[in-house]
Amino acid sequence: MLKAIGRARAPRRCTTNQFLLWTLPWAALLAFGLYGAGLCLVKGLNQTNMDNRFVFGLWIFLDLTVIALGAGAFFTGFLLYILKKRELQAVINSAVVIGFICYSGAMAALLVDVGQPLRFWFTFWHPNVHSMLTEVTFCISCYLTVLCIEYIPIVLKNRKLRQVPSFLVFEFELHKLMPVLAGVGTFLSFFHQGSLGGLYGVLRGRPFAFREGFAMWPSTFFLFILSAAAAGPAFILLTTWLVSKISGKQLVGPGVLPLLGRISGILLVPYVLLKSIDTLVWINSTSPARGFTGYQFYARKPFGGWILFAEIVVFGLVPALILLRRRLRESRGWLLSAAALVCAGIALNRFVMTIQTLALPTLPFDPFMSYLPSWQETATFLGVFGYGILIYSFSFRYLTLFPQEKDLQC
Amino acid sequence: MAAITSKPARYGMAIDLDRCTGCGACMIACAVENNVAPAHPKATPRTGITWMRVYQISNGAQFPESRAAFIPILCQQCGKDTPCAAVCPQEAVEVDPATGIVDQMPQRCLGCRYCMIACPYHARYFNWWDPQWPPGMEKTLNPDVATRMRGVVEKCNFCHGRLHAARALAAAEGRRELHAGEYVPACVEACPAAAMVFGDLNDPASEVAGLARDQRSFRILERLGTEPKIYYRTARPWVRVAASRPTQPKEPRHA
Repeated sequence: MLKAIGRARAPRRCTTNQFLLWTLPWAALLAFGLYGAGLCLVKGLNQTNMDNRFVFGLWIFLDLTVIALGAGAFFTGFLLYILKKRELQAVINSAVVIGFICYSGAMAALLVDVGQPLRFWFTFWHPNVHSMLTEVTFCISCYLTVLCIEYIPIVLKNRKLRQVPSFLVFEFELHKLMPVLAGVGTFLSFFHQGSLGGLYGVLRGRPFAFREGFAMWPSTFFLFILSAAAAGPAFILLTTWLVSKISGKQLVGPGVLPLLGRISGILLVPYVLLKSIDTLVWINSTSPARGFTGYQFYARKPFGGWILFAEIVVFGLVPALILLRRRLRESRGWLLSAAALVCAGIALNRFVMTIQTLALPTLPFDPFMSYLPSWQETATFLGVFGYGILIYSFSFRYLTLFPQEKDLQC
Repeated sequence: MAAITSKPARYGMAIDLDRCTGCGACMIACAVENNVAPAHPKATPRTGITWMRVYQISNGAQFPESRAAFIPILCQQCGKDTPCAAVCPQEAVEVDPATGIVDQMPQRCLGCRYCMIACPYHARYFNWWDPQWPPGMEKTLNPDVATRMRGVVEKCNFCHGRLHAARALAAAEGRRELHAGEYVPACVEACPAAAMVFGDLNDPASEVAGLARDQRSFRILERLGTEPKIYYRTARPWVRVAASRPTQPKEPRHA
């Protein structure tokens, strides 16, 4: 009986051969990434093009960006389980898998990025409670655990696994926990998204990054939370559309993607406003008080004033206005373009915070720095990408990522 | 000679930029004293380790008005909101309340390099390679200083090994206090131009405290508010301007 239900509910997928062919290039990319990462682990970080001045590079940019894009998992969970936004049930499973991919990928890249990976547990044993990085490490580790637990019921929904009665019971019990996990996940995510911004905002030795703030948190703490919350739904919107296009199936009802766009737009407005105020305070007060004028941060090519304009207007204000207008939101082209702009904007912001902060010298007699990642760094970066596609592909094929799919295909 | 008391000290340094010839003896003495390994064949000026780095600056004028100056940069031993200590996630950086020295503990360092970003003076160095000494050269290693391994950060600690040695000698002689001049970092000792003076800034009678009060003295990036304990001194206005003005796009040369 259960077998029959399982079969009836399973959405149609491509043949095994077609699927294996699809996974091949991504598996090759993952293998290439593992080779690059392996070289860095065995031979050391001299395999990278980082140096004593450019000590963070492509990997930290990748970590910050994927963690921001993966914020859709916590924010969708928060809206669904805490604020009872039921329409988001259609994408919650996909959001959890994307969150899991982003966070596990970032953790893997971080392990390669540190000089002594075997000492990762030192942060838990000798924590410096004043360090933003401690907060990030604690929260990301805990949240990845939460994501793993959230992933389990999705796996247990697999039609083969559902034939085991005890798995069904376990899945049912786990579902009761979901609101609690969503609450814990939201709390942890708010903190580590913020702490990632705080990482840079507390750097009093880097006037380009340093910001005043509220209590112990610099303004970047709050800006990172808001921007991640805005980008998360936009990224889920994009991936849902992309998966739908690639698989040739309708995965969610017609109102779901515009709703995600609306959520993103509503959050972008306060972000753009606060980011503008923050920039004005920083350029006119924070930075001059420390002997640096805002002008000099943008006097070196290619980091001109255009980057600030792009960040706030092109990738902030413009998509916010598009996503807030119902007529534009309901046009697929406008909706997708705006979501892509939001995701690109978050990547640009994380790039600026990581790369521009390091490129600008602080000593009066020191030069401007440049950096180009080595092939090993790029391979690791691509490996994380390949890993993400593979996990998502397997999840899409064997699990129910979009509960509405089976109804829509009838 | 004024004695350094057992009260908390605040060790600092005064460097006379008008005396510094850029000879690099301080860099060599530092490397030898602190077991800094010879640079790896593939190391570049940006991946090598030099706890003390001498920058060359110029007044930008054409000959015969062109002038040069040298600025030795080492860990500035920030005394307030020490940027590197505040950010280290696992307390591998410690500010000793008894001496004011900012210490790095390589054996606890994760190698995340967050402290290197936090340091405004770029005075922290990462071990990109395993340290290696040519055969026979390991016999020259200083037994008072532990070598570091690949994947950790290191930096100037005012020759902490020498402080321990001086304290051990004082204890053997039944003293709790160090005499001024009894503990001096290798760079100060090696400087042929006597451009560097070291001592306790908390002792108003010490030479270094006097030099720190000199009107010609200044600290680099003082407005960041981290209270560095390295004072630079010059009578040449252009040197002072070049060393303390906002960052300029001109490229300097490293000595």
